[in-house]
Amino acid sequence: MSGPVLEAKNIVRDYHVRGGMFGTSRTVHAVKGVSFSVDEGRTLAIVGESGCGKSTLARIITMIDAPTSGELKIDGARVDIGKAALTPEMRRKVQIVFQNPYGSLNPRQKIGDVLGEPLLINTDKSAGERRDLSMRMLKKVGLEEKHFNRYPHMFSGGQRQRIAIARALMLNPRLLVLDEPVSALDLSVQAQVLNLLADLQDEFKLTYVFISHDLSVVRYIADEVMVMYFGEAVEYGTRDAVFSDPKHDYTRTLFAATPRADVASIKARLAKKKAA
Amino acid sequence: MPLLEIENLVVEFETASGPFRAVDGVSLSVSEREVLAIVGESGSGKSVSMLAVMGLLPWTAKVMADKLAFDGRDLLSLDVAERRRIVGKDIAMIFQEPMASLNPCFTVGFQIEEVLRVHMKMDRARRRARAVELLKAVGIPEPAERLSSYPHQMSGGQCQRVMIAIAIACNPKLLIADEPTTALDVTIQKQILDLLMRLQAEHGMGLIMITHNMGVVAETADRVVVQYKGRKMEEADVLSLFETPKSAYTRALLAALPDNATGDRLPTISDYFDDEARIAEAAR
Repeated sequence: MSGPVLEAKNIVRDYHVRGGMFGTSRTVHAVKGVSFSVDEGRTLAIVGESGCGKSTLARIITMIDAPTSGELKIDGARVDIGKAALTPEMRRKVQIVFQNPYGSLNPRQKIGDVLGEPLLINTDKSAGERRDLSMRMLKKVGLEEKHFNRYPHMFSGGQRQRIAIARALMLNPRLLVLDEPVSALDLSVQAQVLNLLADLQDEFKLTYVFISHDLSVVRYIADEVMVMYFGEAVEYGTRDAVFSDPKHDYTRTLFAATPRADVASIKARLAKKKAA
Repeated sequence: MPLLEIENLVVEFETASGPFRAVDGVSLSVSEREVLAIVGESGSGKSVSMLAVMGLLPWTAKVMADKLAFDGRDLLSLDVAERRRIVGKDIAMIFQEPMASLNPCFTVGFQIEEVLRVHMKMDRARRRARAVELLKAVGIPEPAERLSSYPHQMSGGQCQRVMIAIAIACNPKLLIADEPTTALDVTIQKQILDLLMRLQAEHGMGLIMITHNMGVVAETADRVVVQYKGRKMEEADVLSLFETPKSAYTRALLAALPDNATGDRLPTISDYFDDEARIAEAAR
């Protein structure tokens, strides 16, 4: 397979906000002309603060939301959900994992049904086949057979995020959009989920779009990094280029604000405190 | 003399399947002008032990300690009224979710002045003047105008500043910050941490910083207590904790930081540290 799995050119998304009974309506420019491409088996990290448009971009890539203008290509095929309905084949190719594993699973659905539902809707597999596939995926993400008939509330945050990842993988997608998948998790659980993502990427040749505000996680997982600020991509390049030589002021501010947990910076801080 | 002394604190909750120990024999102390960080993952009992100090646990909780003293006074033997005079005045607390900890029905001015009215018995004009002064101290622009704003009209970072203003309103001797920046963006987190450290130095407060973020610990603490499953794993000054961590759990925690990743997979806590026996051993 040659060519990028995901290609975006000049994506723009405006939201029109009605002003209520007396106010005038206004337009919010959530994403202002962003372009990028991701090759197979690579990870693009999108970094930015709340309100910078990164989640809007995730919705556009996942084809939940249509861009106001711009061109989105998935596996070389142009997609425009504003004009034509999506084929089930396209729906299958891109899946998403959300930030909050407590909110993204239906509390009244057993885990087996959570995993089987994508197959039920998108394929004509029999109940037995669906069960087998779900069971296999459950084990793949590090859970056990006994978990199949349990409800979401019986799981910890990390386990729920594993379930959400398993659900996203049920249809063998090409591209996985991960919207802050580890920011709600503890450090040790975060490490486990990041490892799982790396394992799955190797095994299925998955392409990731990883949205995060945590730079240490991004540095660990990303191949390419895009920094967004007020709807614009202010920095875009390989991980090493962005981290070693940030070009934009905002990227530098972001790096400076990230707390550093190394001995040298602790020593520097203590010395400064003593001097004061 | 330490400001807050805790010896062998145990907190138990009554559950359907018998008592559950959320905090199991934790001892720690904080002095004036000292920043103590309590680090741990969720379920490590770090918040519960501080809520026990504040007396904010529900009645289902059983709090036992060999010693629980603030400023030389035994908190466990105080009656409710006496304790209320201390809590909120001499010991103040900031919570994780700034949006959720402010009352959406009242202006921020009202909520700041409430503390001053209850604890400081100030009259209306002095309360207002002090509220403006406080908002200015925590870096909110146009403080006098902002007094009549409601929490929903402010951003998360600004709400957290208001929370801090309320907490420092009575010049507390001890400030407990429970994950004060977890819900905030990194640039805002930096501003809030800088603000807390500045106020701590200016007022000579003792500060307890509860967090799960090793970066925040490294940037703020003098001394660190590491907790896991309700037990204390390690206590050390900040530099030796990062340089030569003594307990296996701390080493595991530091290794799980993506910053310290060496291979292409992260070591996880369970690689180092999984069985109960080793946890119990480390707690000793």
